[in-house]
Amino acid sequence: MSLWEYANPVKFLALSARVQPWLWGGAGLCLVVGLVWGFFFTPDDFRQGSTVKIIYLHVPSALMAINAWFMMLVASLIWIIRRHHVSALAAKAAAPVGVVMTLIALFTGAIWGQPMWGTWWAWDPRLTSFLILFLFYLGYIALWEAIEDPDTAADLTSILCLVGTVFAVLSRYAVNFWNQGLHQGASLSLDKEENVADVFYFPLLVCIGGFVLLFLALVLYRTGTEIRVRRTRALMAREAGAARVEA
Amino acid sequence: MRALFLRDLALALRAGGGFGLGLAFFLIVVVLVPFSVGPEPALLARIAAGVLWLGALLACLLSLDRLLAVDFEDGALDLLATSPLPLEGIVAVKAAAHWVTTGLPLVLVAPVLGVLLNLPAAGYGVLVLSLGLGTPALSMIGAFGAALTVGIKRGGLLLSLLVLPLYVPTLIFGAEAARRAALGLEAGTPLLLLAGITAGVLACMPFAAGLVLRVNLR
Amino acid sequence: MELTVSDLAVGRGGVPVLAGLSFVLRPGAALVLRGPNGAGKTTLLRTVAGLQEPMAGTVRGAEDRVAYAAHADGLKAALSVAENLAFWASVFGQSDIEAALQAYDLAHLRHRRAGALSAGQKRRLGLARMSVTGRAIWVLDEPTVSLDAASVTLFADAVRAHLGDGGMALIATHIDLGLDADVLDVAPFRAAAGAMASVDEVFL
Repeated sequence: MSLWEYANPVKFLALSARVQPWLWGGAGLCLVVGLVWGFFFTPDDFRQGSTVKIIYLHVPSALMAINAWFMMLVASLIWIIRRHHVSALAAKAAAPVGVVMTLIALFTGAIWGQPMWGTWWAWDPRLTSFLILFLFYLGYIALWEAIEDPDTAADLTSILCLVGTVFAVLSRYAVNFWNQGLHQGASLSLDKEENVADVFYFPLLVCIGGFVLLFLALVLYRTGTEIRVRRTRALMAREAGAARVEA
Repeated sequence: MRALFLRDLALALRAGGGFGLGLAFFLIVVVLVPFSVGPEPALLARIAAGVLWLGALLACLLSLDRLLAVDFEDGALDLLATSPLPLEGIVAVKAAAHWVTTGLPLVLVAPVLGVLLNLPAAGYGVLVLSLGLGTPALSMIGAFGAALTVGIKRGGLLLSLLVLPLYVPTLIFGAEAARRAALGLEAGTPLLLLAGITAGVLACMPFAAGLVLRVNLR
Repeated sequence: MELTVSDLAVGRGGVPVLAGLSFVLRPGAALVLRGPNGAGKTTLLRTVAGLQEPMAGTVRGAEDRVAYAAHADGLKAALSVAENLAFWASVFGQSDIEAALQAYDLAHLRHRRAGALSAGQKRRLGLARMSVTGRAIWVLDEPTVSLDAASVTLFADAVRAHLGDGGMALIATHIDLGLDADVLDVAPFRAAAGAMASVDEVFL
């Protein structure tokens, strides 16, 4: 048995139906625990006050905004190389989720930035990169919507995703070159020295876990919807074919 | 290939080809800027390089939706696809023709418009150089966008939405070089990075565009 | 070398429209396709021309040998008749356009802008394009649309000359061109395609 078995839409739907309750439940649990812990049971930062607590929304959503695009990239590659329909549909399903994550990251960032930097928005490299990522998401979704034939749309959007990734990375470096920012350093990294303090760290991890599970649940749910749409189409095609055989 | 290049040039230059529209648009954008930000010479001098780059970029964008769509609609693209020319070559040649009829005139006219915007004397050379280096990339990236949207009715707006984010690195390095030179700073680094992006785009983009065009023709 | 189509299935948007097609086209021979509108003749011709992939089966001997003429002629209104033709000739690595101009009675119009031609004259110019490609297999989709009787004769003569030179022609048409050609009715293959699974079948 291989992983590719679940490239079959029917098997994918069956698996997804079994996994989804756990994902939804896990996401809800993690988010409630993480956010309550983070908002009410951690001390205020000595410099930033209670404003710092927006970190529990800001960091996970920013992570997922990038990871969603990364997932779309992998799914697009799988579609281009192995031509599994589920993969293309999963990429399509992930895009709107990614957009919302990007928007959450941008808005929470603005809310955080206002008291800290005295401005809602600054053309800081990280903020700017996220704005550019947002534009890439919009283009990707718009292309899906504009093309009628689903396989053509899948081909074109996959290539756009690959090319877009290259340009998004280029833009990231270009923006860095163009303006050195005021954004604080990474909240999380493998190098423990730079991390936020432990009291903030653990609830943050729980929140990130919650966002990951929520993302997975949303993508599985949306992919299921896309598969059912295609299924309707296939049934209609089969009926038309049967009518032709009779005629 | 040469025949296709020459044909595209001839079509652009003859009646109805739209040659000069991009230039006129560029001129109008530049004229409108002082109306919107005020006539103060110091302010204009500071933003001149950026405005010229943005104007050139938008003027480039203007004619992209006709780049492949005309040939698609009248069937010529199907016929070209069955010809000995590779689709990658066809896209590259059409992008080259687009650059000669749109990008190159913009590069040449930019210094004249620089006078209108009070661009500091130190900035002219690098402005022309950066536009000359950057506009081929704009045409080629635009050709990729045109190939993506060629089968879509009224794809012009979508084309802009897809292409503009891809223009970001080119715009940043190009405008940064021109801006630095105008301020009397060293502009070598952004120019080199701009040249690198253009070289990469010219080398790789025709293949992506050819691939996309093949999907759209089937 | 002949054009061999074996067990070919062609489709639009992943839905098969014709299936189980097999035929061989030998040098000097023509094949006329018949069938009602929407039967899939255009899809079949596009597949043979290599513009789209077959859903099943193979087309052998067509690569880089097909000259394709669709409903649209790909003419540029701003270019003259001779310029249009010379462009296509040079794309296909040829240079002689005189014979084609003569064959379709276009010589006196050579300096006229293509945009100023009548529909029938445009069509003749589109067909003259086939002659300047130097390709062996002509794939023609409804070539006689908007042609008058005299022009149809010109076209039939051109096809006959092409076949005489060892060329081949695959023509979808409703009218009798007076060619000595086999006729293939696509209707039975349409029924066969109805029984074939669409690409989306994997979703069921």
